[in-house]
Amino acid sequence: MSNISNNDKNKEKNYKSIIRETTAKNASKRKMKNNMITVLLASFVIIAVIPLSSILIEVFKNGAGAFSFNFLFLPPGSIGSGDGGIGPAIQGTLLVVGFATLIGAPVGVLAGVFLSEYSSSSRVFAYILRLFNDVLTGIPSIVIGIAGYITIVLTMGSFSILAGAFVLSVIMIPIIARVSEETLKLVPNTLREAAYGLGLPKWKVVWHIVIKGSKSGILTGIVLAISRIAGETAPLIMTILGTSLFFSSFNSPVDALPLRIWRLASQPYPSAHEQGWGAALLLILLVLSLSIALRMFAQKRSLTFKSTT
Amino acid sequence: MSLKDSNAAHAELVKKLDLRNKKSLFGDKFFKGLVIGASLYTLLMVALVLFSLSEGSIPIFVKEGFNFIIGTDWNAVEGRESFGALPYIIGTLVSSAIAMAIAVPISVGIAIFITEMIPKKLGTVLSFVVELLAAVPSIVYGLWALFVFRFWIRDFVEEPLHNSFGDYISIFAKAPFGLDVFTAGIVLAIMIIPIITAVSREVMKAIPHSQKEAAYALGATRWEMVKTAILPSSKTGLMGASFLGLGRAIGETMLVTLIIGNAIGLAAIPTSLFSQSQTLSSIIANEFNEAANDLHLSALIGLGLVLFIITIFINVAAIFIISRVSKSYSNVRE
Repeated sequence: MSNISNNDKNKEKNYKSIIRETTAKNASKRKMKNNMITVLLASFVIIAVIPLSSILIEVFKNGAGAFSFNFLFLPPGSIGSGDGGIGPAIQGTLLVVGFATLIGAPVGVLAGVFLSEYSSSSRVFAYILRLFNDVLTGIPSIVIGIAGYITIVLTMGSFSILAGAFVLSVIMIPIIARVSEETLKLVPNTLREAAYGLGLPKWKVVWHIVIKGSKSGILTGIVLAISRIAGETAPLIMTILGTSLFFSSFNSPVDALPLRIWRLASQPYPSAHEQGWGAALLLILLVLSLSIALRMFAQKRSLTFKSTT
Repeated sequence: MSLKDSNAAHAELVKKLDLRNKKSLFGDKFFKGLVIGASLYTLLMVALVLFSLSEGSIPIFVKEGFNFIIGTDWNAVEGRESFGALPYIIGTLVSSAIAMAIAVPISVGIAIFITEMIPKKLGTVLSFVVELLAAVPSIVYGLWALFVFRFWIRDFVEEPLHNSFGDYISIFAKAPFGLDVFTAGIVLAIMIIPIITAVSREVMKAIPHSQKEAAYALGATRWEMVKTAILPSSKTGLMGASFLGLGRAIGETMLVTLIIGNAIGLAAIPTSLFSQSQTLSSIIANEFNEAANDLHLSALIGLGLVLFIITIFINVAAIFIISRVSKSYSNVRE
């Protein structure tokens, strides 16, 4: 109650200040101020767009020259020679991200199902889960990397693809859970009621009606999470370490694109820098195409939801 | 059909149904168990991070005690070990503060521009472009900042500032080099602008139309409407958005590692905007694989714990602010 009256008071204050403004100063001056601020805000947009265009231009300009068969499929040559390529990094990124998705996607989706379908029976638990989910989203990835180092690398005794996949899956889970919860909640209740009315048990309703009905939304969440972890570097330093060899076993170091970019950028040789830009071009093509596809996909999805409800 | 027969048929049907019930009951229990298991796993991950960091940093706190937080010396050489985190805590806070000072006004401005000042279709396109910035991996930002952006900053911002004010104002005192806390702050700002913009847009969208209409009805210009009807009621929400951005800036690692200059110990405390510095996350990234001994490793894990605690504090604050805002909006609608 007090909140509402407070709001009313605020509104009244607002109106008063508007009246004061509109009557006291002359109209053309106010219009000019309006226009000036519009221009200022437009320039903010330009300020934000300059870096994006510069990044894209530089990455394409400097990276395109590096592309060749050798660059994409060979392991790195000796340092400073400019020979070889980033084959192991590409392979490693695909493997680590793939394994991370195998762990992260089911857990994330099921946690999302709990939040959307089962939370009414245990509200406290749902509240805690939501809070922890948000906390997990906010933990810096390098800190999650340290935890992965302590729990997996130290226990196994070696840097490994499993440690990397585990750490990346921890980054994925809260993103997927959040998006899944949101999309599952979009499924109209009438669909659930109709299914219950036919005598289906709850798990079948959830599985066949709710989850299958929002398949595309859940997929969006998973792809979003993948595009997020594909560029992660910091937690990989302490879990997969990086190497110039192709994948050999589950308990030896692996390479990944972001790690390789970091190593190449830290070398003093122009040939290494060119390869670094090339690797960045590959990474950015991967991530941007995922997120652009997502955006188009999501727009289509919102249309289909409008037509079904 | 005799009575007996129909009774038997009935019994059989009941049996069947019962069986199905049991099966579906099992299915229900199994599925619920699965869902709760996944939720518990999520909780377990947070506990795991906290537990492993605390356990790993015990040795350094045993050796250095509180001095680990307030000490400024950082030496990993065997026999002369001394670890103090203060310079990196300061480096983290200063670079994030610079990032916030630049990013918050720009992000809020962009959010206002996109939601209120231009046609909706153009707004969608623009917000898409801004969100693409969020999709660029931070290592690519780092690469770009290291090879392109730092020269712009050095030549067009830092040198003019240094040449005109360097002798009088101490924050412009050091000769600019491009790899410093100022550059790091600016690139961090570019990185967090999309996040703050996105959340700010959500906040502003939630403001009831009646408020805007009221302002327009009184003859307000567009900016006056924004100033009197939108900004006051979205203040808390914008604060929550900024906190989210701050949490991101504090934890960001790779691009900072590439461009902050990586000073060690006392030298990492920035005395001017153009000082080389170091953040909690960048020193972890730099030294983790070369940790000379267990104590050094434990010190780095301890830095991780400090970083964890700072970001948790900020993010939880953001979560509470944002949830309070959504509650007060639902009040308005009622």
